[in-house]
Order: sequence, then C-alpha cells, then structure tokens
Amino acid sequence: MAKKYKRKKRNHLSSSPTALQILIREFKKDKLALFSLLSLVVVMFGVFIWTYYFIDQESLMRISLQDRYAEPGGKYLLGADQGGKDILGQLIVGAKNSIFIAIAITLITGVFGIMVGLICGYYGGWIDNLFMRIIDFFITIPSLMLIIVFVTIIPKYTEIHFILIMSLFLWTGTARLVRSKALSESKRDYVKASKTLGTSDFVIIVREILPNLSSILIVELTLNFAGNVGIETGLSYLGFGLPKSTPSLGTLVSYANNPLVLQQYWWVWLPASLFILFMMLAINYVGQALRRSADARQRIS
Amino acid sequence: MWKTILRRLIIMIPQLFVLSILIFIMAKFMPGDPFTGMITPETDPTRIEELREKAGLNDPWFVQYGRWVGNALQGDFGKSYTFQRDVSDIIGERAINTFYLSFLSVFLLYLIAIPLGILAGRYHSSRLDKTIILYSFITYAIPTFVLALVFLYFLGYQLHWFPTSGSVDIKYEEGTWGFFWSKLYHILLPAITYAILGTTGIIQYLRSEIIDAKAMDYVRTARSKGIPMRKIYTKHIFRNSLLPIAAFLGFTITGLLSGSIFIETIFGYPGMGQLFISSIASRDYSVITALVLLFGFLTLLGSLLSDIIMSIVDPRIRIE
Repeated sequence: MAKKYKRKKRNHLSSSPTALQILIREFKKDKLALFSLLSLVVVMFGVFIWTYYFIDQESLMRISLQDRYAEPGGKYLLGADQGGKDILGQLIVGAKNSIFIAIAITLITGVFGIMVGLICGYYGGWIDNLFMRIIDFFITIPSLMLIIVFVTIIPKYTEIHFILIMSLFLWTGTARLVRSKALSESKRDYVKASKTLGTSDFVIIVREILPNLSSILIVELTLNFAGNVGIETGLSYLGFGLPKSTPSLGTLVSYANNPLVLQQYWWVWLPASLFILFMMLAINYVGQALRRSADARQRIS
Repeated sequence: MWKTILRRLIIMIPQLFVLSILIFIMAKFMPGDPFTGMITPETDPTRIEELREKAGLNDPWFVQYGRWVGNALQGDFGKSYTFQRDVSDIIGERAINTFYLSFLSVFLLYLIAIPLGILAGRYHSSRLDKTIILYSFITYAIPTFVLALVFLYFLGYQLHWFPTSGSVDIKYEEGTWGFFWSKLYHILLPAITYAILGTTGIIQYLRSEIIDAKAMDYVRTARSKGIPMRKIYTKHIFRNSLLPIAAFLGFTITGLLSGSIFIETIFGYPGMGQLFISSIASRDYSVITALVLLFGFLTLLGSLLSDIIMSIVDPRIRIE
C-alpha cells in the first residue's frame, strides 16, 4: 500500500508520462505483445528484402514438371506445387504482396475516413447528415458480395483496381469512429477558446483536434491493417482477390480447393495458412497492447 | 414500440431502393446477356436480336429497371441461364439449407459463448478467465477460411470424424431418421466452425456485464438477504444480462451471411453462399442479382431485429 502511494506521489511531482512512455511501459509489461511487435517487424522487413534481393521472379514462376509436388526438404525447403514451383518462394512473394496491398488499403481508407470523420464531426449540419446516411447505407449492404461482383465485372483487372474497390467499401468504420471523437472534441473548451482567438477552422482541425485523436487512430489503423490482411487473403482464396499475376497468401491457400492437394500435399497450403494466422494474431495482439496504452481504463493493473 | 418498428421499416425502403439500383447497374455492366451462351457459328444474328428485343433488353434502362423491380416484388427474379429454371426456385432450395446451417450455428454459438462468458465474468482475473480471454482473442483474429480448412483437413480427412462435403448421404431416403441424422451430421462441422468464430462478441459482452453487475446494489442486497452466490449468478445477474445478448442475434445473422460464402464453399455445402460463388463463376447474372438483393434485405432485417429487441429491453432507445 505504502509503495503504491509513494509511486503515485512521485508521478504527481514530475510531469505526467508522455504517450510514448506509456506505450513503452505497456509493451515492457506485456512480453507477448513485445514479441509480436518485434517478430512482425522482422518478418515484414525480411519478406520485402527477400523478395527484392534473393528471389528471381521469373525462375520462380517457371514450371518444371519433374518437381511436381516435390516433398519438403531436398531441393525445395518447403516442397513444390502442382507446377513444380517452389512453395517457399511463392510464400515470400505472396506475403510481400498481401502485406503491401493491406498497407495500401489501410492508408487509403485511413486518410479518407479520417478526413470525412473530422469534417463531419467538426462542422456537423447537412454535410454530417449526408455522410452519415451514406455510411448507414454502406453498413447495411452485403459488401463482401458486392466486392466480388465488382471484381468480376471490371475489365483488365489489376491490383490497383482491387485496392480501390476494397477501399470503397472499407472506409466507413474509421469515418464513424473519427466523427464521434471529433464531435465530442469540438465541444471542448480548448476548441472554443481557439475559435475566439480567430484561429481558422483548418488549423483547429489539423493542428489541434487531430493530435488529440492520434492514439485512438493508431489503434484503429493497426486493427484495420489486420482486418485488411484477413479480407484480402480471404478474397484471394476464393479467387476474387489479387489478379493471377500477383500471387497472394490467399492464392497459395486456394490450392487446397483441390481435395487431393488438401489431403495429400499439405505443404502446399498449410504454411501459407499458418503464415496468415501468425500475421493476424500478431497484428491484433499489438493492436490490443496499443489500445491499452491509448485508453487508461483498459490497462493491466 | 410499434412506432419505432414502423419508422425503422420506413427507413429500410430508401436503402433497399438504392441497393437495388446499384445492383441493377452492376448487372448491366456485366459482359454478355442471357442469349450470349446460345450463340454458335450456325446461329443467325437476326434471330438473337429478335430474342433480345422480345426479352426487352433493348428498352431504356429505367424501363428495364422498373420491370425487374416489379417482377422481384412479386417474387419473380427471372430464369437462371445455367440451370434454365426459375431463380426463385433455385434460391428457395438453397435457402432452406442455409437456414438449417445458420440455425444450428447460432444454437451452438450461444451454447459455447454463454457459459464461457459467465465463467469468465464470475471468476474474473483467475487463470480460467485468462484462458477464456485468450480463446476469444484467438478466435477473433483467425480468418474464417483458415479455420475451416484446418478443421476440414484434420477432422474431416485425417481423423474421418466428419463428412467432407455435401448436405446429405445419398443412400438415405427423405423422411427417414437416417436422412435426418445424415443431414445433421453434414451440417455439424460447418456449424461448429462458424460457432467458434462468432463467440468473441458475446463472451466479452457477458464477461464485462457480469463484472459490472457484481458491484451493483441489487447483488449486494441479494447477498445480504443470504441468497447463495450460485443462485445470484443463475437467477439475478444472468437474467439481467441475457436480454442484451439476445440483441446480438441480429448482428449474428449479418455475420452468418458473409461467413456462409466461405464456409459453404469450403465444406461443399449446397447453400446460398456456395450458390453465389458458383453463379459468379458461371456468370449467372439473374441469380447473382437476386442473391445480392436478398442478402441485403436479410442484413437490413437483422439490424431491424436487433433494434427491436434492444428497444424491448431498454425503453430509453424507443423515445429518441
């Protein structure tokens, strides 16, 4: 009891800890989150470096029938697929594509969602009403089905199209969150004071409200990133994700649609599945730790 | 109460209207039409043109849209190009299968989630609680298709505990017990997969609800009256937190619909989700548009159901 009191007192005397200090403390306390973060960073950088420096895309995609369904070990570390293509190489390239696409979607939906949310929350009025109706509409439609339909009707479909289609349907969550926060934030005294001083709306929104939302946004974007990896690989698994020329982790898993591959050649689809699982768990775990450091009520006591 | 429901129903109309226009426009963008498949080198181009004219494909788009919506309201979604049968009949057959699967999934979902949520809340911050939290975290993070494939591989192909595709064994006749059991047996693994994936929300909600309830006055009163703790949990706290849980039903339906696309495809279960994917593959547009519209309608119905249950449980929502 006495110890606790002392610590509190010391904190009171010095300034309150900064967001970064809280973050570091949270990750130090939660070893699993720290491990997730470090392994994510290592894996992501590793995958990018590996694809650009050690993998020759052309030789990877070359079909060699004598290596058809080669077992793991030996010539190929993780075996080969139907066309005798190296699974490990495909796994790395697929992971790079999946991560890159997920990051792109996260950034686009993030920027757009934050912009819409800030404007709606700050100004209110008809623009808020308009966007809220649009968001309500997006929430009630079967977006997964519409994404699939869009993917099939676009001629000369590339991954840019895929990113745009996904972004079209996925910005609403962030916009809603930011709007509700910006709404409560814009009623605070500091905003009123700033307005009275004659600060322009733009400066208030970008320099004053936005920094106050930063910790929530980091959490939101991290969890969105995990969600996007899940949706992209899922759609690629169904065959409606990335085009055939850009293999994704989901494409690799989709070989399991052939019951023969699913039963006998586990090395074709299982590593990619496990990789997706690892990514999802690690990103979500980091997201949880970030959320705890952003929200004092959720912190481990 | 009725006012709330009525108002919600009225809000649904413009949403469905916009959705139907969107779907219609998308259908128009899809390459080909019902008669493209009939073209062979021998067919006379004028004959095809005649058929198009007769089917009204040369009318302006709003006329076609009006006709499509008019027919859809009467339950007529046209003919499927691949099956050469009425779309409503095909969807009807598949919808029953999806309904069975969803029903069992929701049942299992609540069967798993409610005890786990109560245990986690009751033994708050014990080892059991931490295990349950970990479980709900993992099932939240794992994508549907990964878990479904892993289950299919290990439980279906390796251990042979479950059938690996289809909805019923063909050796049984309809109406017998064997038929019923075979059907249930085929649904079981997809339903378990779905149920496991959907538990997170309910577990976390119940857990935090129970942790909060422990400090409430009515629990303290019950304790001071000498009611054993076990009874307080089952009779007092559980009853209070059960109804909001029922409100999750609407969202569960929404999740089930998008989950059905993956789960039915992987387990080869002939439901609406699988029908959607196979129609996309065969470019069967009349089936696709009908399914998207139906799913949109069901999603709206799900959120309506949630709101109705919520407004029964919590009178404050009704006034707003």
